[in-house]
Amino acid sequence: MQQTVWLLTVVIVGAIALVFVYVAAQSGHKAEYAGVQARAYWYRSWLFWGLIVFGAVIAAVTLRELPYTAAKAAPAAQIVNAKGFQWYWELDKDTVTVGEPVEFRVTSGDVNHGFGIYDADTRLLAQVQAMPGYENRLRHTFEKPGTYRIMCLEYCGLAHHGMLFDLQVIAPGNHEVAS
Amino acid sequence: MNLDNANGFAPDAATRRLITANLMVTGVTLLLMIVAGLVMRVTQGGWLSLSADRFYELMTIHGVGMVGISVLGGLSVMWYFVGQYVQLKPVVLAINLSLFLVGVVMMLAAIFIGKFAGAWTFLYPLPATSGGAWDTMAAFWFLLGLLLVGVGFLLVSLEIGRALVAGYGGLMNALGWPYLFGVKGAKAPPPTVVASAMSIISTALALVGGATILVLSLINLLQPAFTLDPLLAKSIIYFFGHTIINATIYMGVIAVYELLPRYTGRPWKASKPFLAAWMGSTIMVLVIFPHHLMMDFAMPKWTVIFAQVLSYTNSFPVLVVTGLGALAIVHRSGIRWDLVNSLLFLSMFGWMAGVVPAVIDATIVVNSVMHNTLWVPGHFHFYLLLGLFPMIFAFMLHITRDRAVEAGAPGRLVFWVYALAGLGFVFMFLYSGVHSVPRRWAEHLPEWQAYARVASVLIVGVLLATCYFVGRFLVRFSRFLTHG
Repeated sequence: MQQTVWLLTVVIVGAIALVFVYVAAQSGHKAEYAGVQARAYWYRSWLFWGLIVFGAVIAAVTLRELPYTAAKAAPAAQIVNAKGFQWYWELDKDTVTVGEPVEFRVTSGDVNHGFGIYDADTRLLAQVQAMPGYENRLRHTFEKPGTYRIMCLEYCGLAHHGMLFDLQVIAPGNHEVAS
Repeated sequence: MNLDNANGFAPDAATRRLITANLMVTGVTLLLMIVAGLVMRVTQGGWLSLSADRFYELMTIHGVGMVGISVLGGLSVMWYFVGQYVQLKPVVLAINLSLFLVGVVMMLAAIFIGKFAGAWTFLYPLPATSGGAWDTMAAFWFLLGLLLVGVGFLLVSLEIGRALVAGYGGLMNALGWPYLFGVKGAKAPPPTVVASAMSIISTALALVGGATILVLSLINLLQPAFTLDPLLAKSIIYFFGHTIINATIYMGVIAVYELLPRYTGRPWKASKPFLAAWMGSTIMVLVIFPHHLMMDFAMPKWTVIFAQVLSYTNSFPVLVVTGLGALAIVHRSGIRWDLVNSLLFLSMFGWMAGVVPAVIDATIVVNSVMHNTLWVPGHFHFYLLLGLFPMIFAFMLHITRDRAVEAGAPGRLVFWVYALAGLGFVFMFLYSGVHSVPRRWAEHLPEWQAYARVASVLIVGVLLATCYFVGRFLVRFSRFLTHG
């Protein structure tokens, strides 16, 4: 996902930059404004409808799978209760099984925290806010065994950056450890 | 080419003094805030050892300072140009500046004496629950100072609103709705009036929301038994924060509407698409703030889905109308480039391109892996550093009639240093976000430090160029005071 986002951003920002460079390069010549304006209106119509269609397609595709399903779905086989405090995480399990959905029930004991799941390459896989008085349910299926890390993603005070928790994800054969 | 104010307009001496004072505060604070930002990035890069409490104090002052001067600078641009069309009372600017300075002193004391480091977003209940890092009174003075600053801004917005109502018979008329909807005999107001009407509506509503949550938070600090719903508090804070920072660029773009046509001899008129775009922005900017709460799964699902869709459509007016309008005004116009119009042109690029990472992050599935990473400061630095601030610099150079900016080699060099270093700097934020680096971390993991180091070098270029822009203004502001 992150690489797609990066590529899309670079391409669109690059295209906008090229248009500005082109217009700046052409600005030394003089042409009747009426003609320039007529062309601009033509581009405007195309850009407007193009953006409508592009936005509608992107919205239709991306809104199909939202991360909010856990709250109403049947409980997952693995449930982990997680609570954030200044400045540590309290999880009732530190080991889960690979390939099976895990439902994280996340809340906070004091201020707002952010529950971010990072893989061994420090890539963010999923996140949810940890808010006092609310239980947010995040469902995630780990695809590889290994050591994952929970990091705080909402500023919560002076040791915010030190709020780390190691989560072990093990192969299915080791079920007794995970339960 | 007549670069003086349209219709022979010149602001009175009191207005000139107050606009100058506002811009001096804006410029000097901006330099200090860039230095604070540099110190933070250098610390994250591992080149400087700064304690976590100092880092988060700097982060708090950097955030509140940048937002504060963005509004102050934006309001100055708007006040100056809309003053051509309506009668404003300069005493309100004086009250605002006084409240601003008193508020800033309170916040500085709260941060540097009281050790408050709850971030400019003061997310409830963090101000009252610091884990022993600062005491309640430090939070109290910070929030009270912020409230005073907000009240000053609100007074300015209301005064501009009053003047627009008096001059145009209502805010809907100032937005050009009668002309847009085909009322017989209705005329389109000037773009500056339309943008001002939209800006003061969104700013005033944002500030009322901000004042509400600040007062509630202050009561909570004094009387802890009085508690708030954290999700409601967060929603109001982001309604305030999102709306106010977006409104600044709507104020700043007035400089583009006013000045760019003077360089090209091509008028910027409020056509029906222009008015429709501003009408859309007026409504959408007020309702898309839930895109900051997409990772709060307790939010009603429809609010965040609407936030995604409306975040897309909110980008259309910028990209389709104002952006293309600026390009059309410049294209094959025979414009003679100087520092002022180059900065205005850059600002339109910064705004249009800065929308891109913002809109992408407003997609829920993307937000799942980008929210609260450095992607977020990446997108707002994009349109502030390359959008709003070039507008304010251009305004500063314009009103001081700084003819030395005309196509001179130093100015051209400084412009490119600013543009390229700024672009590189914001892309380092975005690149860090792609690599999942969290925002607001005092210490970075070793594998993330290289990004912060590159960004640190680039921000030095931005700092030097900003010294040049602000320095020229400070050297020459007396021209504006004496000539208007």
